[in-house]
Amino acid sequence: MTKTTSILMGGVGGQGIVLASKLIAHVIQAHGKELKISEIHGMAQRGGSVLTYIRFGDEVASPIIEAGQADIVLASERLEAWRWLPYLRHGGTMICSTQIIKPMPVITGAQKYPENIMKVLEELAAEGKLGALYAINALEVARQCGEPKAANVALLGILAHCLEFPLESYLAALEALVPEKYLDVNKKTFMAGYEAVTKS
Amino acid sequence: MERKLLSGNEAIARGAYEAGVRFASAYPGTPSTEVLEVAATYEEIHAQWAPNEKVALEEGIGAALAGSRALVAMKHVGVNVAADPLMTASYVGVNGGLVLVVADDPGMHSSQNEQDSRQYARFAKVPLLEPADSQEAKDFVKIAYEISEEFDTPVMLRSSTRISHAQSLVTLAERQDIPIRPYEKNLAKRVMMPAFARPRHVAVEARLEKLAAYAENTPLNRIEWRDKKIGVICAGISYQQVREALPEASVLKLGLSYPLPQRLIKEFAAGVEELFVVEELDPFFEEQIKAMGIKVRGKELFPLTGEIHPNLIAQTILGQPLAEKLEAQAREEGTVPTRPPVLCPGCPHRSVFYALKKQKLLVSGDIGCYTLGALPPLDAMDSVICMGASISAGLGYEKGNPDLKGKVVSVIGDSTFFHSGLTGLMDVVYNQGSTLTIILDNRITAMTGHQDNPGTGYTLKGEPTVALAIGPICKALGVKRVREVDPYDLPALEAAIKEEVAAPEPSVIIARRACALLDKSTKELYIIDEEKCKRCNHCLRLGCPAIVKEEDRITIDASLCVGCGVCVQVCKFDAIVKAGGEND
Repeated sequence: MTKTTSILMGGVGGQGIVLASKLIAHVIQAHGKELKISEIHGMAQRGGSVLTYIRFGDEVASPIIEAGQADIVLASERLEAWRWLPYLRHGGTMICSTQIIKPMPVITGAQKYPENIMKVLEELAAEGKLGALYAINALEVARQCGEPKAANVALLGILAHCLEFPLESYLAALEALVPEKYLDVNKKTFMAGYEAVTKS
Repeated sequence: MERKLLSGNEAIARGAYEAGVRFASAYPGTPSTEVLEVAATYEEIHAQWAPNEKVALEEGIGAALAGSRALVAMKHVGVNVAADPLMTASYVGVNGGLVLVVADDPGMHSSQNEQDSRQYARFAKVPLLEPADSQEAKDFVKIAYEISEEFDTPVMLRSSTRISHAQSLVTLAERQDIPIRPYEKNLAKRVMMPAFARPRHVAVEARLEKLAAYAENTPLNRIEWRDKKIGVICAGISYQQVREALPEASVLKLGLSYPLPQRLIKEFAAGVEELFVVEELDPFFEEQIKAMGIKVRGKELFPLTGEIHPNLIAQTILGQPLAEKLEAQAREEGTVPTRPPVLCPGCPHRSVFYALKKQKLLVSGDIGCYTLGALPPLDAMDSVICMGASISAGLGYEKGNPDLKGKVVSVIGDSTFFHSGLTGLMDVVYNQGSTLTIILDNRITAMTGHQDNPGTGYTLKGEPTVALAIGPICKALGVKRVREVDPYDLPALEAAIKEEVAAPEPSVIIARRACALLDKSTKELYIIDEEKCKRCNHCLRLGCPAIVKEEDRITIDASLCVGCGVCVQVCKFDAIVKAGGEND
C-alpha cells in the first residue's frame, strides 16, 4: 500500500472552492485512485472560512486531515494560508494566493490582519521547513486572463506541478466540468498558473 | 457497473432510488439537506419538503402503510420534533418499508446542539444502521428496507457530518422493481388506542429479540482480526478514524448498531488483550457492553463532546500522535483573526437587527441565517433555543418578568414560522400577550442553501403550487395588528417597530424582501464621498462585509456591494453616495 496523499484547500465562502475540488477529484479519479473529499457546509457559506480535505491513494480511511498531516495546503487567500499552515507536514508544499479578503473582526477593527504572513512563509521555505512555497496573486492572474472568478483555477495550475498526474488530465477535467462558455478562459487561467511556476 | 464519486447524502438518495422508494419527505437541515434534494432528481421518487420533521415522518408513515417504500430525512434535532410519531410508528410497524435517515452533527459544524441520535433508536426500539462511507450509505439504505419489511419496523439510518458531506466512490446498481404492496385495513395493528397498543408493545419487545438474533449473523456486523493486542469496537465514521489511527488493531465494526450482537461482542472481547470502544458523543455502546459484564474502556479515555479524530485515537491508545505540527513559532496561536460567517452584503435581515439594537429591545431569536444577528456588531439577540422557540419563549419572557413588558420582540424567518411558529403565535393571542413578532420573510429557506417552503409557491420538484400568505395566516390566528415593511426602508422599519412593540396587544411585522443571494436585479452601487465622511464609524455598526475600515478611511468594496442602500440611511453626513452620481 502506498502512502495516502493529503491536500487541504482553504478559502473564503463564495470563492468557488467547490469547483476546484471537483476538478482535482476528476483528475484523481481518471487515474484509478481511491479518494475521499470532505467539505464543511452550512454557516461557513456565509462569508466564513471554508475548508475542503482531499485525500487519495490505493486506500483511504479517514476523510479528514489533521494538524501536521497535509502534503499540500492550497489557500485561495493569504490569511487562510496563515490559518492552515500548522496543518502542513514538515517539508510540505504551500500554494497560496496573496489576495487579501478582510474578515469581519478586522473590518470592524476588533482584530488586526497579520502583516508578516508572506515574510514568515518565505523564511520557512528558506529554512527548509516548507518543501516548496508558491505564492501568486491568483485573483490578478485570473483577472488578466479575463475572469476573476477563475482565480482558484490558476492555483490549480500550480498544483499540477506538485502531483504525479500529467497536464493533459487537468485539461481533460476542465473540459468535462467547465461549461463551454467559460472553458477557454478557464484553460487560459490554468495555464497562466502552470507557467507562473515554470518560468520562475 | 459504473463507479461514481458521491457524498454520503447523494449515496443515501441513490440507495433509496435503487431500493425502489416511491415517496420521500423531509425538512431541510444541515447536514441532511441534500438527501431529499438528490432524491427529488429521480423521476420515480415523489419527493417533497414538509413544513417540519414531524409532518415529514407522519407523511412517511402514511406512505409506508399505503404500501410504498418511503424515506424520511432530517438532521439530529429534527428527530426531537418527529419524536412523537416515531415512538408510536414503532408500535404500528410498516407495510412498505420505512427508513428514517438522521444526520448527526458531532462538533456542531452547523447546529445548536450535538445530541446523539442513536439514543432515539433505543428509545423507540427500532433497529439502527450506521454506514461508514458513501458505498455503505447506499448499500445500507437497501438493506434497511429489507429489514424494515422482514421485521415489520421503521428503521433508523444514522449518518453524521463526516459521512453525509464526505465524497467517496460508489458502485451504482439498477433500480429494483418493488411493486406497491396491497393495502388492507388492520385496526388492531394501526389504531393505537390502549386496548390495541398493549399487545403491540409486546410485539415490539419480541421484535427486538428477533433483531438481536439477526444482528449476530448479518454481514453488517463483522470482526476484522488483525493484531490481537488491541481490539476496538466502533461504527460509522469512527470506524474510518480507528483504521487511520490503528491500522494494525483488530476491529469489531458494527453496521447494525442497535440492537447489539451480544454473542459477537463476547467473542471479540475474548479474542483481544485490551478492549476499547471508540464512539463520538455518548457512551452508547460502552454502557451496553459494560452491562454485559465485559471489561472495556471508552469514555474514561475519550471525550463526550465533539468529534474524535485519528490523532487523538493514536495518542490515547498507542501513546504517540500520528503527526507533529509544522514547527512555526512565528505563527503563534491567537494571532490568526477569526473569519466568522456574516450576513451577506445586501441581506434584508441586517437593517432589522440594526433597528432592534438601536431601540434596546429584548430579542427572542430563532434558527436561520438571521441567528447571525446575535454577533457583533449587530449584537441584537438575547436567546436562541430551537426552531420556532422565538415566539413562545418571547411570550414567556413577558410573563416571567413584568419589567420586560413592552420590550419583547420575537424574530423568526418565514420557513421557521411555517415549521413551528404558528402555534406559538396562536398562544400569544390566546394568553393575551403583547409581544411583537417580526417575521423575516426572505421568500426562501436560506440557511440550508435555498429550499422552497409553503410560502414560496414552488414544490421541491420545482412545480408551481399555492404560495401561503403569512399576513392572512397571522390574522386568522387572531393577531389584529399585522403590517408589512420593506426592510430596505430603514425609517419605515424603525417607526413600525417603535409603534408595534409599544402596542398593548399582539402585533406582527412582516419584513419582506427576497434573500440578497436570489435577487438578480442590478442596482447602482455606492461609494464613500471622502470629503463628506467624518470617520464616525457609524456605518460599521451595520456589519456589512462590503464596508471596510482602513487605516485612515472607510471604503466600500465594489466587488461585494450590491447596492441595497441601507448604509446610506444610517450615515448622518450624507457621505455615502451612488457610484454614478446623485442619490435619489
